[in-house]
Amino acid sequence: MSRHTLSVLVENKPGVLARIAGLFSRRGYNIDSLAVGPTEHSEVSRMTIVVNVAESALEQVTKQLNKLVEVIKIVELDGATSVTRELLLVKVRADAQTRGQVLETVQLFRAKVVDVATDAVTIEATGSAEKLEAFLRVLEPFGVRELVQSGMVAISRGGRSITDRTLRPVAVPVPPAVG
Amino acid sequence: MTEQMSGAQSLIRALESAGAENVFGIPGGAILPAYDPLYDSTRLRHILVRHEQGAGHAAQGYAAATGKVGVCMATSGPGATNLVTPIADAYMDSVPVVAVTGQVASASIGTDAFQEADIRGITMPITKHNFLVTNPADIPRTIAEAFYIAATGRPGPVLVDVAKDALQAQTTFAWPSELHLPGYRPVTKPHAKQVKEAARLILEARRPVLYVGGGVLRARAARELRVLAEMSGIPLVTTLMARGAFPDSHPQHLGMPGMHGTVSAVAGLQRSDLIISLGARFDDRVTGNLDTFAPNARVIHADIDPAEIGKNRPVDVPIVGDCREVIADLVLALQSEADAGHRGEYQSWVQFLAGVKAKYPLGYDNPADGSLAPQYVLERLGHLAGPESVYVSGVGQHQMWASHYIGYEHPNSWINSGGLGTMGFAVPAAMGAKVGRPQSTVWAIDGDGCFQMTNQELATCAIEGIPIKVAVINNESLGMVRQWQTLFYNERYSNTDLQRAEQRIPDFVKLAEAYGCIGLACERPDQVDATIAKAMEIDDLPVVVDFRVHRDAMVWPMVAAGTSNDDIKFARDMAPEFEDDDL
Repeated sequence: MSRHTLSVLVENKPGVLARIAGLFSRRGYNIDSLAVGPTEHSEVSRMTIVVNVAESALEQVTKQLNKLVEVIKIVELDGATSVTRELLLVKVRADAQTRGQVLETVQLFRAKVVDVATDAVTIEATGSAEKLEAFLRVLEPFGVRELVQSGMVAISRGGRSITDRTLRPVAVPVPPAVG
Repeated sequence: MTEQMSGAQSLIRALESAGAENVFGIPGGAILPAYDPLYDSTRLRHILVRHEQGAGHAAQGYAAATGKVGVCMATSGPGATNLVTPIADAYMDSVPVVAVTGQVASASIGTDAFQEADIRGITMPITKHNFLVTNPADIPRTIAEAFYIAATGRPGPVLVDVAKDALQAQTTFAWPSELHLPGYRPVTKPHAKQVKEAARLILEARRPVLYVGGGVLRARAARELRVLAEMSGIPLVTTLMARGAFPDSHPQHLGMPGMHGTVSAVAGLQRSDLIISLGARFDDRVTGNLDTFAPNARVIHADIDPAEIGKNRPVDVPIVGDCREVIADLVLALQSEADAGHRGEYQSWVQFLAGVKAKYPLGYDNPADGSLAPQYVLERLGHLAGPESVYVSGVGQHQMWASHYIGYEHPNSWINSGGLGTMGFAVPAAMGAKVGRPQSTVWAIDGDGCFQMTNQELATCAIEGIPIKVAVINNESLGMVRQWQTLFYNERYSNTDLQRAEQRIPDFVKLAEAYGCIGLACERPDQVDATIAKAMEIDDLPVVVDFRVHRDAMVWPMVAAGTSNDDIKFARDMAPEFEDDDL
């Protein structure tokens, strides 16, 4: 078993997420993380799916996903040649005594305080899963009151785009209507 | 072409334009607007069935018999959910079907309205694709896409759910001149390099076997297959889904492989050094225990669905493509090798398998008490109704006997529920097959358990003038389950006995008559031919023949579930012995 990051371009239509989530569940594959959002083309959405499967199962996942009519393209992103990011919002206990230490930690991780209360601060951080995990470990002693984390998004390094050649139209002719 | 009309009219015009000729269905509230213009249609024949499951299987039978897309129609909620079984069946067996369902008005969707069911959500895992249409302007394009997706690539069911207000609204009928499906581009043309590599393996092999699946029928490749088989001399097996793709009478044909396959077909795969899989999917009913399946075989796997390749069995040469093109290209590749003097040497293998086939033919014992052997009934039916008839089977013992004993010579003459194993498939599917091929004799071969699940469609057949013939192989029990109870549950027949009273409940002859059909009964071997002949003489009414057979007959050969194909038994406790020292 190993973790793989799949970038999945799909048609931006209702129900696509349900189709993909359903396919994973019925074929018994585990999703570690899933993020969906728009792309530079309004008719296309992009999902970043992190799966934890064996190599042979990964091939099946990819092939089964490709069979979905609304899935346009699937690319596996390799950690070394891509950039991956997650977003973390975390509410940490911070009173007059500890606030200074918390803010120092925030700076060290190049995070950002987005809200302050008398007994807590809310911090926004982005980064790889490893960085956010390390950040949380350091914050833990202060007292984490609430946290929310996004799924991972990923993009390949370099100038090439995975959407480039994907969206060229291929028209299928239809016989005319009956009178 | 654009014209003003209602969404309902647009739907009917779209179905006509997509080439539909027959629709099997039942109206109800949400689909009702569509039934009004349907009433006027001269191009569409609507056949009013008695249960939506019957509509779905009829559409499957029609599609399997003709190669065209079958169409069924139902209303929202229970009408739609009754289609779930045939849709799942069509998905498993790759049958091109379009199901049109009414949905509650779009404003009511999600409110648990009367007769509301999320049929699009329900059928997501069992359709090739599905649609929910709430904008009437989308109706023509959606229908065009549904037919295209159902019929191309690996065929399958597509569901189109249309909200009632979309049917009622005024709209413009704009039939598309082209479709844009950026995520749907099935590969039909095989890669030349893969075909060449396959040809090389075929020439290298000493014990090759052609493993022919239902994809060969869906690709209409029976003629190409025969050329490939005869030019190469390679022995061949046809799976349950492919029966009829190659003549049973042909000497290269080893029969059906799998759990109830012939000894020669099972041994042919098991002992091969090369499996050439054409439109087959290494189903568990064929392979038995995968770890011990054909342990010394390399595999060429050709399929139009890339996801099937390597799914169950690792592959040496994958070929993605339409079976007809793949086989045609293989023929060319092997021909050019032959022209260069390269031919496969398979003589000792062919001889070995011929020996196995001769030593372990299909066989059965006639019951000592003089009662009727079900195998005998099917043997005689195949002989008297002949290979030009279409045979449509249910699921169970009768299905296996029908597969083995009828004798198929032509493609699309055998229709059954293979993957899903749907009891009750036979009568409605036979009805659909008869609608699609009115000139052919269509025999439904059903068990008494199966028959009682869907025989209400006899009413449809009688009223709509669809004269199918039904051979009920009546062993008064759920025979296949009973066989497992005999073999694996110490003959404890828990809930498999369908007939405990003195009186026959129901009496199938009377039942047939009540449905406006002809009912015949046959209890003894010496009545079989005359009864079949009588049934064959009637061509204006459906006929039901109650063949009252011996209840202890079992299906052999058999590979017990989960065991290795090496452990095949050709009769109870009888394992074949192979003399294969020279292999």
